[in-house]
Amino acid sequence: MQQFTILQKKDLDAFISALAQSQKVVAPVARGYNNFSFSEVSSGKEITLKYIPTILPPKKYFLPTQETLTSYNKRENALDAILEYEKMIIFGVHTCDLAGIQCLNMVFADKPKDINYIVRKNKIAIIGLECNDYCDEYASCCVVDNHLPNGGYDLFFTDLGDIFIVHINTMLGDELVNKAAVFKPADAKALRALELLREKKRSIFKAEVKVKHEDLKPLFDRSFEHEVWKDLDKRCVACGNCTNVCPTCYCFDIVDEPNLDLNTGARYRRWDSCQNEPFARVAGNENFRKERSQRQRHRYMRKFKYPVDKYSRYFCTGCGRCSRTCMAEIRLKETINELAKGAK
Amino acid sequence: MKRIELKESEYIVMPAKILEARMMTAQEKYFKIALEGGFSLDHEPGQFVMVSLLGIGEAPISISSSPTKRSYFELVVRNAGKVTNALHKMEAGDSLGIRGPFGRGFPVQILEGNDLLFVAGGLGIVPLRSLINFVIDNRRDFGKVHILLGCKKPADLLFADEIKEWDKRLDVNFNCTVDKADPDWKGNIGLITSLIPGVNLNPKRTFAVVVGPPIMYKFVLIEILKKEIPEKQIYVSLERHMKCGIGKCGHCQIAQYYCCKDGPVFSYDQIKGNQEAL
Repeated sequence: MQQFTILQKKDLDAFISALAQSQKVVAPVARGYNNFSFSEVSSGKEITLKYIPTILPPKKYFLPTQETLTSYNKRENALDAILEYEKMIIFGVHTCDLAGIQCLNMVFADKPKDINYIVRKNKIAIIGLECNDYCDEYASCCVVDNHLPNGGYDLFFTDLGDIFIVHINTMLGDELVNKAAVFKPADAKALRALELLREKKRSIFKAEVKVKHEDLKPLFDRSFEHEVWKDLDKRCVACGNCTNVCPTCYCFDIVDEPNLDLNTGARYRRWDSCQNEPFARVAGNENFRKERSQRQRHRYMRKFKYPVDKYSRYFCTGCGRCSRTCMAEIRLKETINELAKGAK
Repeated sequence: MKRIELKESEYIVMPAKILEARMMTAQEKYFKIALEGGFSLDHEPGQFVMVSLLGIGEAPISISSSPTKRSYFELVVRNAGKVTNALHKMEAGDSLGIRGPFGRGFPVQILEGNDLLFVAGGLGIVPLRSLINFVIDNRRDFGKVHILLGCKKPADLLFADEIKEWDKRLDVNFNCTVDKADPDWKGNIGLITSLIPGVNLNPKRTFAVVVGPPIMYKFVLIEILKKEIPEKQIYVSLERHMKCGIGKCGHCQIAQYYCCKDGPVFSYDQIKGNQEAL
């Protein structure tokens, strides 16, 4: 199996169209001014290659906003476990979102395994797409080490002008390439161009905050009682946008919904947000994270502290979505810099 | 979108039947439950189950009985939310679903051979009873046993008949207090903290197990630490909001811990200084 192959840019349309003939293909599509979303496409023409992180990350395919866990029949006192999945190819996943998928994989493979997630994930082929430059000022992918590809894809596309150089990472990726029959073996020139691009990226991408990669965790270790959280308390409106758009936020609610016959129905899993007031409230009204400051702190700790202890990895991918979407202009880079300033 | 039935899933519930149901106080109802097919729940003292009512939902409920009773298990449920409200309307013979048992229970193997100080406030007696009765059923394997019980008023007292038996036993040092007495009350009056100084114990070989409402822990732990029981020998059981029971949904998180998986039983040593815990 050759590691690298080349696709002429003009052949992208043919490649995507061929893929879409046999299965569902989703890719970044423009949605009004500076907004993009992963949506189903049938040709390469619909895809926007230069895009800033989509409104929702590809998480929505791995952990749908709502999915059926069980269906029931009350009269028969029967309950069946249900799995919903869809075979698809996701094209154009940036390195930040590849990291996000890797994080979710760790969480749901942690015992006891979440079978719904694991099966669904294995039905999805992932084609990555390199960012040659920063998407915008909200990104902080370098400080969390996600600006360069770190696996997690079947194929990985890098734009080299007239061509894409494509890294084949799995047998599934190899199959997709072979089936399409529009790829050419990578020549030395293209490989050299890729090397040069990566070198150039090393000079473009610099730690976006005043804290080094390895110092982020210690910073959060000592920041539990920092004043920054009080400041966020005043600004946060607890809308939950930040957690919805986060590629590694996976908290969910489980709800029963009866059908109109009141006999059958289903138990669903739905996205939930730790920023919502009732999230940690128990019956009897005790609320263990009553204040918005506590909930914002919790969100940050779940990116920079808790998962590092558990999975040895930052759960912030540096995509910048939480900052981009926040109505109260709570910016991750600012928060980290504030924490670093007055290390209380 | 394809939709298939799964043979294995963490969300499958075990069918169960209510054998006995009665109100225990004005707010709390007692349930004796057996899994269908004669299966044993096979839990550890201190674990919990998710009670599942079709079309209504699920709620995490502490198991109140000792695993030494293998053919059934007991729950005591306060009517406080959607699921528990529906549960309160159920009677003997009704069917429900059970998932679990979940979580880390009390470390019975570590407690064996040692003296035990049990402190239960309010509903805390419900999960703690699973351990107390386990210890009583295996009484010879443990050292001295002190049980301190507190609740708001005499009418709130759970398992009143059983508690009378504990009081009578020669091999159990039992003491009980209420915050506010009524004319018939002959026992202690005052907060549970007032009972701790009077317990005669050897801190080196005593393990304290404390279960109660969040507000109680701070004050009880101060009194227990005054007795010089080492932090590693103090255990608590914490209550949190839970949806999945398997350490995924995030609701029960206490800083780095998932209460449903890493808890609900924690040693004081583990959560000391953890502001989200106590």
